Amino acid sequence: MRSGFIALILPIALTFGVAAAAAEDAGHVKVSNGAAQIERAGQRLPAAVGQAVQQGDVVITGADGSVGITFRDNSLVSVGPDSVLSIDRFVFNSTTHQGNFDSSLKQGTLAVVSGKLAKQSPEAMKVKTPAAILGVRGTEFLVRTGPAKD
Amino acid sequence: MFVPARRKTDVRSASARSLVGLAPLALLLLAGCASRNDLYVLLPGQDGKIGALIVSSGGEQRVLDQPYAAASVTSPGRVEGRATSEAEVRQAFGPALAAQPTRPVSFFLYFLADTDELTPDSKRVVGQIFAEIARRPAPEIVVIGHTDRVGAVAYNDALSLKRAEKVRDDLLKLAIPKVRISVAGRGEREPLVPTADEVSEPRNRRVEISVR
Repeated sequence: MRSGFIALILPIALTFGVAAAAAEDAGHVKVSNGAAQIERAGQRLPAAVGQAVQQGDVVITGADGSVGITFRDNSLVSVGPDSVLSIDRFVFNSTTHQGNFDSSLKQGTLAVVSGKLAKQSPEAMKVKTPAAILGVRGTEFLVRTGPAKD
Repeated sequence: MFVPARRKTDVRSASARSLVGLAPLALLLLAGCASRNDLYVLLPGQDGKIGALIVSSGGEQRVLDQPYAAASVTSPGRVEGRATSEAEVRQAFGPALAAQPTRPVSFFLYFLADTDELTPDSKRVVGQIFAEIARRPAPEIVVIGHTDRVGAVAYNDALSLKRAEKVRDDLLKLAIPKVRISVAGRGEREPLVPTADEVSEPRNRRVEISVR
């Protein structure tokens, strides 16, 4: 009976734990140009300077858009025009500097200056594209992904 | 269900007959459905440190560990290393690079012994520091107070917090929202200059302002 009860409670606790983590701000928009939005739970918010960015958000720019975000671990992430960047996971313990930062660039261009997470552990930061997975060892880098133009 | 299965068998038997004969077909398939324009570039770090970018694509892996080293991917598994230049990078990534937020920065202010009053030197630079903070878009600020090791631990905890709160109150005058400023006192626990207990050390009587 008891183990059954725990088995029932644990998934609920985990669900709430994840929900609480997702609601915490992962970062804030510091730079915003042209058409730039953040998609959150089906809603589109303007990616204006000061706008909070959370785990699960998708940053979307138009043909004249670009957005720069500073995350809590001091990672600097910016996207250029016609880009779609999904913040898949952001967990950061500001005391131990441990956690995870996973994002996916579906299309467009991305510039990253990694922060405290990537400094603490080489496994902590990952960027996915439709064609590759990038592992990051404390560094600055650029990503472009999209279909080749004929 | 049935058709793709048979096709697979056909390809296998074809490859068994002639790999050379298959090559044009493979190229055609790549160009037709999955050709990509992906480019991954490692930049020189602004602090002079070069890290590494590990590119994994369709079972292939390439480590970029030189400045401006790049990998282009035309389809998963087709990874080609090449060098880029600063000029090429500016061309391909200009708007993304231009949108990079200002880098996080830290400032120190120093205090007179056993007070929350700034030293004359810090009084001279505080205006400049605050102006720099106010210039940053949507700044988020962490203010941490410290003391030297003169006095009891509990007393210094309170003094360090008082110093941090004084700086926070001055920052609020810049119209920075209170929720964007967090404050903590670390007492004598984290001296900049390690000393024995009860040693008066001006460099340890400080507040660190971290801004991102």
